[in-house]
Amino acid sequence: MELSTGVREKNLIQSRVAVAALGGGFLLLLLLTRLVWLQLIETERFQTASEANRLQTLPVGPARGLIVDRNGVVLAENRPNLQLLLVPEEVSDLDQMIAEVRQRIEFTDSDAERFAKNLKTRRRPRDPVVVKDELSELDAARIAVDLFRFPGLQIEARPTRFYPYGGLTAHSLGYVGRLSLDELKSIEESRYAGTETIGKLGVEKAYEDALLGQVGVERVETSARGQIMRSVDREDPIPGADIPLHIDIGLTAKLYDVLGDNRGAIVAIDPKNGGILGLASAPTYDANSFIGGIGQAEYKALQVDRDTPLFNRALRGQYPPGSTIKPMLGLVGLHYGAVSWKTEISDRGFFQLSGNDHKYRDWKKWGHGRVNMDKAVIESCDTYFYEMAVRLGIDQMSEGMQHFGFGRRQGRDIQGDLPGILPSREWKRAARNQPWYLGETVISGIGQGFWVTTPLQLAAATTAMARRGNFIEPHFSILEDVDAGAPVPLGESMDWERMIDAMEDVLHGERGTARGAARGLNYRIAGKTGTAQVVSIGQEDEYDANELEERLRDHALFVGFAPADSPSIVVALIIENGGSGGTTAAPVARKIFDYWLLDRNEGSRPPDTNYVTQINQRVLEPKHADSN
Amino acid sequence: MLTATETGHIESFRPKRFAQRYGVDPLLTLFVLVTALYGLIILYSASGQSLSMVIRQGAHVVVGLGVMALLSQIRRDVIIHITPFVFMFAALLLIAVLLFGVGAKGAQRWLALPGLPRFQPSELMKLALPAMVAWWLTRHKLPPSMSQLVIAAVLIVVPVALIAKQPDLGTSIIIAGSGFFVIFLAGISWRLLAVLGGLGVAALPVLWMVMHDYQRTRVMTLLDPQSDPLGAGWNTIQAMTALGSGGMFGKGYAEGTQAQLKFLPESHTDFIVAVLGEEMGFFGISVLLILYALILGRCLVLTMRAQGNFGRLLSGSITLTFFVYVFVNVGMVSGVLPVVGVPLPLISYGGTSIVSLLIGFGLIMSMQRTKRVLSGES
Repeated sequence: MELSTGVREKNLIQSRVAVAALGGGFLLLLLLTRLVWLQLIETERFQTASEANRLQTLPVGPARGLIVDRNGVVLAENRPNLQLLLVPEEVSDLDQMIAEVRQRIEFTDSDAERFAKNLKTRRRPRDPVVVKDELSELDAARIAVDLFRFPGLQIEARPTRFYPYGGLTAHSLGYVGRLSLDELKSIEESRYAGTETIGKLGVEKAYEDALLGQVGVERVETSARGQIMRSVDREDPIPGADIPLHIDIGLTAKLYDVLGDNRGAIVAIDPKNGGILGLASAPTYDANSFIGGIGQAEYKALQVDRDTPLFNRALRGQYPPGSTIKPMLGLVGLHYGAVSWKTEISDRGFFQLSGNDHKYRDWKKWGHGRVNMDKAVIESCDTYFYEMAVRLGIDQMSEGMQHFGFGRRQGRDIQGDLPGILPSREWKRAARNQPWYLGETVISGIGQGFWVTTPLQLAAATTAMARRGNFIEPHFSILEDVDAGAPVPLGESMDWERMIDAMEDVLHGERGTARGAARGLNYRIAGKTGTAQVVSIGQEDEYDANELEERLRDHALFVGFAPADSPSIVVALIIENGGSGGTTAAPVARKIFDYWLLDRNEGSRPPDTNYVTQINQRVLEPKHADSN
Repeated sequence: MLTATETGHIESFRPKRFAQRYGVDPLLTLFVLVTALYGLIILYSASGQSLSMVIRQGAHVVVGLGVMALLSQIRRDVIIHITPFVFMFAALLLIAVLLFGVGAKGAQRWLALPGLPRFQPSELMKLALPAMVAWWLTRHKLPPSMSQLVIAAVLIVVPVALIAKQPDLGTSIIIAGSGFFVIFLAGISWRLLAVLGGLGVAALPVLWMVMHDYQRTRVMTLLDPQSDPLGAGWNTIQAMTALGSGGMFGKGYAEGTQAQLKFLPESHTDFIVAVLGEEMGFFGISVLLILYALILGRCLVLTMRAQGNFGRLLSGSITLTFFVYVFVNVGMVSGVLPVVGVPLPLISYGGTSIVSLLIGFGLIMSMQRTKRVLSGES
């Protein structure tokens, strides 16, 4: 009895064990099914997920193309730059991190201020912000050893744009700057995946597309924490194209040299092709300041400077052309028959419209006497051109002059130039909603009134003169060279030659307005002086330059080319408040021609680097604020 | 150890007689040893090639095997005798944990008594509880009566509740299971089982109410891992990705990108099977499951041979609990069960787990020992 109970109990337990074993076996089978599904059926899906986990595709920014001058001197290059970067999204306590950074490396208040500004600039999410540029090797090492303690902080050797002659080239090359959110809207974002800068101004902006290059791709294996473990494969970026310019950096240095402490602008053009040989706008600034984001204080100083160094006078300065346009205007007058070479007028020092006693005065109080076209140009007779302007009429005047490129932007690879104003009936109606008055025609005859031009336009128009009636658009790069420009449909070849003879006499003639500048010259310059009024002079007032406040003095202008017979350089220059074109501007131009034609052997000699560097440093020196 | 040639030469050698006479079961020991070695290989890769970790784990195995051999020598009646005292002691320690325990991540599981290494009293309960239930039920006739079952239920619920309060959901479920297995094996009627099952399902909403937030999240995550892929769902998604991407033969030893690049959480402890599955594929996991099947099979054989009802119930419960470990861990990693902290037996890094498992096997071996000379002739 007792035994049978024991056996029964044993059997009971053992049968339950068997049941449990069966149940366990069933569950194990279930598990196996699950594993089969995961590992044998859905393999591909999970392999894809695993690869996506592991591999990250990183864009690799291409090296930006170089910008070189006509002799191959590099004007814009890429320099390795150790940067301390920070991804704000990954940092929990920014202030504390910066405090820690400050303990380790030199971090001045201006660094802090610059960083604060960088931080505020709108950017793509997760784009790193520059904490400090140009880290020294030592500072980089100090940070690097502790980098693991600062998630979000990184040190990167990123190529950064550098302009070796940043002061001399700022107004022509412009600069690159950090890509702003506004710019992001207008670009193809994928092309900028590995690039944080974009050409903001000048040649850098004009050739952005070519300079940029093509982004490369690197696939890297990353850990779950986002650390890069190794590179898997890489498609190299294609560097941007180099852009060769007509610019001669030696000549450009000379332009700034001759401008000295004056405010003003000079544009020099190669008349053979319209290439810009040199462009100066003084005062200038250092383009390098803008690359990593300029400091607030530094920017403010540039902005409030009374001499407006940021203002590009060569492209955006709109000045009355004054007498510089007289040769071109003369050709227009001849073409439309308003005058002929034989036409003579009698100048008593002023011009009057019939039925009006207002006197339009000549610069020469007692007049030039009997004046024909040649003499009017050589001596810059105002009365002759008042008379001719009235005979010609504003409509023909503006129609003729637009062949020289006035009143419009110059296009091609020139960024940000202003159109100026070539006055006409239509322009005045559209801009001011006013009718045209005859008196306005009179003063237009001597390049005053509404008429404003940029130094670039003056240079381009003078180039058309040098090319004996062929207008070619000015441009920076030889990539924009074209075989021929547009013929200026005015007059005959004889007219152009005679006008150029007159322009030569401006310097070489006994009574030329710039004869002082041509003393001892062994080559011939054709040119024209100009003096543009800043304030209008009252009817009976005597003009006394010394008494006028410096800023109200006339602007001194000069346009010209040399050698007159086969010109290799065209120069247009303006010196703000410089006084008379003949005494101030022409001698400056003479130095430029001398440099180009005598000191330098037509491009065969490489520029004197010491000289260029020295001038570059000089233009960037802070000037004493007005000398009293 | 025993090798094939040895067994071949000694024609009269039979594992059964050897085990019954000397306690240590050679086959179970062999299976455990092979599994543990396999585990060390996996661990080397899963720990990021940490040799020191492998050596320490090897030491755990050696210590565990030693304790197992030692326990297998203890006489069954001694174990039966001390069971109530061990149980009481374990229960007191659990209360102590709630009062003075230390812990991490919001759970209080460890007891740091001065002069002793930190330990988890719940580990002791893992064996004390099924032994206690078996002790209680075998004092009377089987199948158990209703009143006995009620007492048994109290014996189970009190320690389970203490552990759940720590909170340690994984362990409390496993321990509740081990106690339940004893009752099940003792022959609780199927009808009663069905009623209890029904009540259990009905009680699920109540359970839901008393669960901690993180526990609820885990259950929700199981149902839809993609609901929070970077948070609660991360572990499950990464583990499934590791397993799935392993395919048939895996990505190669120590070449698993999920594991080596640290996408896998807890890769050397609870989620170690995902490392195996990723690097050695379905094949590698199948080898492991076969090893487990051998261990379980051998344990079942030993259970059948166990002497006395207490021995049968305890052996059976330990065997089934071992199975539950495997099932819950692999189920959790492969995404069919919620993420609960249950290690993969004999493989996951950790001394406590290995030693307590091997103590269990030691008990199984001890239970099938016959009384000295008598057994030889039977």
